[in-house]
Amino acid sequence: MFTYTIRRLLFAIPTLLAISFIIFALLAMAPNNPLGELPLTIPPEVREEMRAALGIDQPLYIQFVKWLYQFFVNEPLNILQQVTGIAIGDPHRLRILSWTTRSPVVDLIVQRMPQTLWVVGLAYLFGVLLAIPIGVISAYKQYSLFDQIGTFIAMVGYSVPTFFTGVLLIVIFSSTLHWFPSVYDTNLKVVDWASFVAQVKQMVLPVTVLTLYNTSQISRFVRASMLDNLHQDYVRTARAKGVKEKTVLLVHVLRNSLIPVVTVIALGVPTIFSGAIITEQIFRVNGLGQLLITAIQAGDLPLVQTLTFIFAVLIVLFNLIADVLYGILDPRIRYD
Amino acid sequence: MTDAPTLAAAAAPARSQSFGAQLWGQFRRHTGGLVGLVVFVFIVLAVYIGPLIHTVDPNKLNIRDKNQGPSWVHPFGTDNLGHDLFAQVLAGGQISLAVGMVAMLIALFVGTLVGVLSGYFKRIDGPLMRLTDLFLALPILPLLLVITMLFRDTLRSAFGPQTGIFILIVFVIGITSWMHTARIVRSDVLSVKNQEFVLAAKSSGMREYRVILRHILPNVLSSVMVSATLGIASAIITESALSFLGLGFPSDFPTWGRLLYDGVNFLQITPARAIWPGLAISLTVLSVNYIGDGIRDALDPRSMKR
Repeated sequence: MFTYTIRRLLFAIPTLLAISFIIFALLAMAPNNPLGELPLTIPPEVREEMRAALGIDQPLYIQFVKWLYQFFVNEPLNILQQVTGIAIGDPHRLRILSWTTRSPVVDLIVQRMPQTLWVVGLAYLFGVLLAIPIGVISAYKQYSLFDQIGTFIAMVGYSVPTFFTGVLLIVIFSSTLHWFPSVYDTNLKVVDWASFVAQVKQMVLPVTVLTLYNTSQISRFVRASMLDNLHQDYVRTARAKGVKEKTVLLVHVLRNSLIPVVTVIALGVPTIFSGAIITEQIFRVNGLGQLLITAIQAGDLPLVQTLTFIFAVLIVLFNLIADVLYGILDPRIRYD
Repeated sequence: MTDAPTLAAAAAPARSQSFGAQLWGQFRRHTGGLVGLVVFVFIVLAVYIGPLIHTVDPNKLNIRDKNQGPSWVHPFGTDNLGHDLFAQVLAGGQISLAVGMVAMLIALFVGTLVGVLSGYFKRIDGPLMRLTDLFLALPILPLLLVITMLFRDTLRSAFGPQTGIFILIVFVIGITSWMHTARIVRSDVLSVKNQEFVLAAKSSGMREYRVILRHILPNVLSSVMVSATLGIASAIITESALSFLGLGFPSDFPTWGRLLYDGVNFLQITPARAIWPGLAISLTVLSVNYIGDGIRDALDPRSMKR
């Protein structure tokens, strides 16, 4: 198991390098000029100087290696310095700067992280907590009314895109009933009961939209996995031994069924960050997804590059975690 | 290898009589799948035949009749410029469905090609599967957004506004969604290729490519069909999501996603502008997913006895 983890970690390095190069080359290859938005009255030599100041007059591989160095050496050293105060080398090292705000990209990301984690992370947590009981009951009482309704709602929640459920909820609950605000206000500070209520109210709609989607996806997996296990021989053996039905279901079957579900949940974690782009856009939550959209629209290449790469790192990392978890939880799986 | 699907289709009829009839017999018993099929056929017919009956030009401006509610002339009402919403939803559906179909075909072609090659030829299995893993690790939605933003203007000037965006979106969606098909096809090929009839064909001196076309491909067709339905659904959703974020089709060639995006700004005045296109997307995807469920159950040997 340990050697397998090490091997996978080592293999992740070339994968990530390849992905970062793909993203980088894509951005560099793009026919759109990052300075294309500037007025035409700027003389060519000034334009040339601006290009040099942004560093885009260098060859592609130099830009790429410099970005790699900044991302993997300078930024971690900087975080280390801020957290522990230990300075290694020059404290004023070159950081990845956003072209539009001129501030370090990592600082921007750190600013936006809490909103995304709160709204999207909470929705994912609720999704998991709701999906497991729904899936268990649906599978145990297969073809019952509960199962029929549950499966139908799961199918609808999985098919209807979040940008439609979001709009629908806004039409019903904000513009008709005026129960909840449709815009997420990030400046709201929770200091007393009233502001806490306001915070909860503005989180209800985005969290509901994402919870519906996550619950339907995960509960389908739980149901299928439970059904696979319910007809196994060990269940019949346990029942024949006189084990209580509750114990059979919640201890024997559920534990085995959750093995694939746990890996599915782990695989879904990166979508917390990248997949919520649309929901953040509907409810104007200024999280990571919204940061990416504004960066794309402004042609802010360093920010786009770094954000996309972080999403890729998360995907690779959680793929690895899912595989390792699978090996740890299920002793029948051996990766040797 | 480019003519693989046509040849496979030509090879199929020999057994399709029994296989197709068997599949239909199983599929017919799946209520959800059947309802899904009816709804999907209805949507396709409405979108492609509807404009012949409802002959209002979707791009005709009529400021006098702006922001109207539903009426006999305008069944879904009108928008802030007096466009007829019903005609726009029908016209948008033509593009949305076409994007879904073509993107699915590209993804299926690439996926089947990679899957068959890596399942059949052991030498290139490793590299191709690493490539698949690499594509699976790409953050798809952010990348799609970046690609459409970067290449939109170039393609638009090269092929004209509508065709340029169509090519770009279809190609980009197709090229980023073939991985699951490739994995499924590969595992199917691996289980088929060591069976006796393949060995018999090989030992009788059949060329490799003919073995693949005549014996391997027809046997992986069933799992390809399931991924085809799922592919249409996800392609339609991805295109709508891109358009919804303002990076897909422009307003003058609105798809369902774009209509929804344009309608969101007028939620207070005319909520119907957001609801009808959204409903169209949701119904299409839901029906396609049910069809996929039906086909999967029909192909599942465990459900045969039921």
